[in-house]
Amino acid sequence: MSKVRLLVGTRKGAFVLTSDGKREKWDVSGPHFAGWEIYHVKGSPVDSNRLYASQSSGWFGQVIQRSNDGGKTWEPVGNKFAYDGVPGTHQWYDGTAHPWEFKRVWHLEPSLKNVDEVYAGVEDAALFRSADGGQNWEELSGLRGHGSGPHWQPGAGGMCLHTVILDPSDPQRIFIAISAAGAFRTDDGGKTWKPINKGLRSQFIPDQDAEVGHCVHHIAMHPSRPETLFMQKHWDVMRSDNAGDSWQEVSGNLPTDFGFAIDVHAHEPETVFVVPIKSDSEHYPMDGQLRVYRSRSGGNEWEALTKGLPQKDCYVNVLRDAMSVDSLDACGVYFGTTGGQVYGSSDGGDSWTPIVRDLPAVLSVEVQTLHSGSQTLA
Amino acid sequence: MIRVELPAHLRTLAGVKGEVTLDVPGQVTLKSLLDALEAKYPTLQGTIRDHGTLKRRSFLRFFACEEDLSHESPDALLPEAVANGKEPLLIVGAVAGG
Repeated sequence: MSKVRLLVGTRKGAFVLTSDGKREKWDVSGPHFAGWEIYHVKGSPVDSNRLYASQSSGWFGQVIQRSNDGGKTWEPVGNKFAYDGVPGTHQWYDGTAHPWEFKRVWHLEPSLKNVDEVYAGVEDAALFRSADGGQNWEELSGLRGHGSGPHWQPGAGGMCLHTVILDPSDPQRIFIAISAAGAFRTDDGGKTWKPINKGLRSQFIPDQDAEVGHCVHHIAMHPSRPETLFMQKHWDVMRSDNAGDSWQEVSGNLPTDFGFAIDVHAHEPETVFVVPIKSDSEHYPMDGQLRVYRSRSGGNEWEALTKGLPQKDCYVNVLRDAMSVDSLDACGVYFGTTGGQVYGSSDGGDSWTPIVRDLPAVLSVEVQTLHSGSQTLA
Repeated sequence: MIRVELPAHLRTLAGVKGEVTLDVPGQVTLKSLLDALEAKYPTLQGTIRDHGTLKRRSFLRFFACEEDLSHESPDALLPEAVANGKEPLLIVGAVAGG
């Protein structure tokens, strides 16, 4: 019998939601790390019991937690994120040079092959790797050392490296995204990086199609098609079919193409989900109606999914890491809101139900699909 | 024994309840006390002071004997009452958030 486990990070702790394969009744455990901001929790694809969590606080800084039993118990591991060499400067909001300063871990990406290897995307933007289960962290400094680094600027939420995608077909290839520098790719395991922003256009920078400076909000990839990437940019939904070498806009008939979250159906690589948000100055859905939009054609043609979602007086946001899919048949889709709801669909988005309604603001949602007697995950 | 009171979140992180007690070899300064605290409870490394610079985290304060010691040199001697265990060093989370 299959099970589904949702790993939910919130402003005031982590929650683990579990259900059987029917996905009708859910058990809720938590808050874990009560009172702390949990930016992200994610499980290892190698061992579903191994979880990593980013725990942070304005008072006490960064802590990384690790679980070896699927989130029942946790142990703090290493929290020393030291930039390689002399950190140097990036641009501050006012255009002045600002020293690179570690603030927090936004995203943890466990290795596809090794349970003890895990990547951390941090603010100020950099990528770190641990080879010992999170005890020690080493910066992959070729990214920050890319020639454009001194010109990177923070977005409103800080200069965060928030997206890390490991290519299942090529262990040397990693995609990352930074607000507001853009997307980058390495083809040599992190030694060297290139910006992959050709085709992006951003009105808030002087050169609208500059090589760097774009506010990429999130990127998603289907594991069977690692050359195809879908991006929710600050404005615009984009698609690349050549591993980011070039991008085309696929916003199509979306009512607004601003947003944060984007994900791909587990079994249909051309089926994409986004949650349109009204604008960069009004971070809530259009007309108070919470709607997921689904494209079955890889973009451009989108349909509103509303069944079970509030269609009046709804003014929540859905953040960049707060949407995920399971790999059951039919595919489950989940997202969390800044109003503390986690919604789930067990029919590929056709209908939705609230799994929980009153959590703290949800920062991230990840899914583990658990098959008895195996370690297979979404 | 030196006595230290931690904020609730750090007591949870360290896995302790109530005051903690420390042996601090040599002169009792903020630096030597925090060195001993972090040696006994390694999970507190980086949560009270920065890993690299050892600077106090901005939203934490050090109080003892009704005095704010937060801005004292890390190498300044702590009050005798702290050194002999009559008074605890209080590590306090600043009021923030409205």
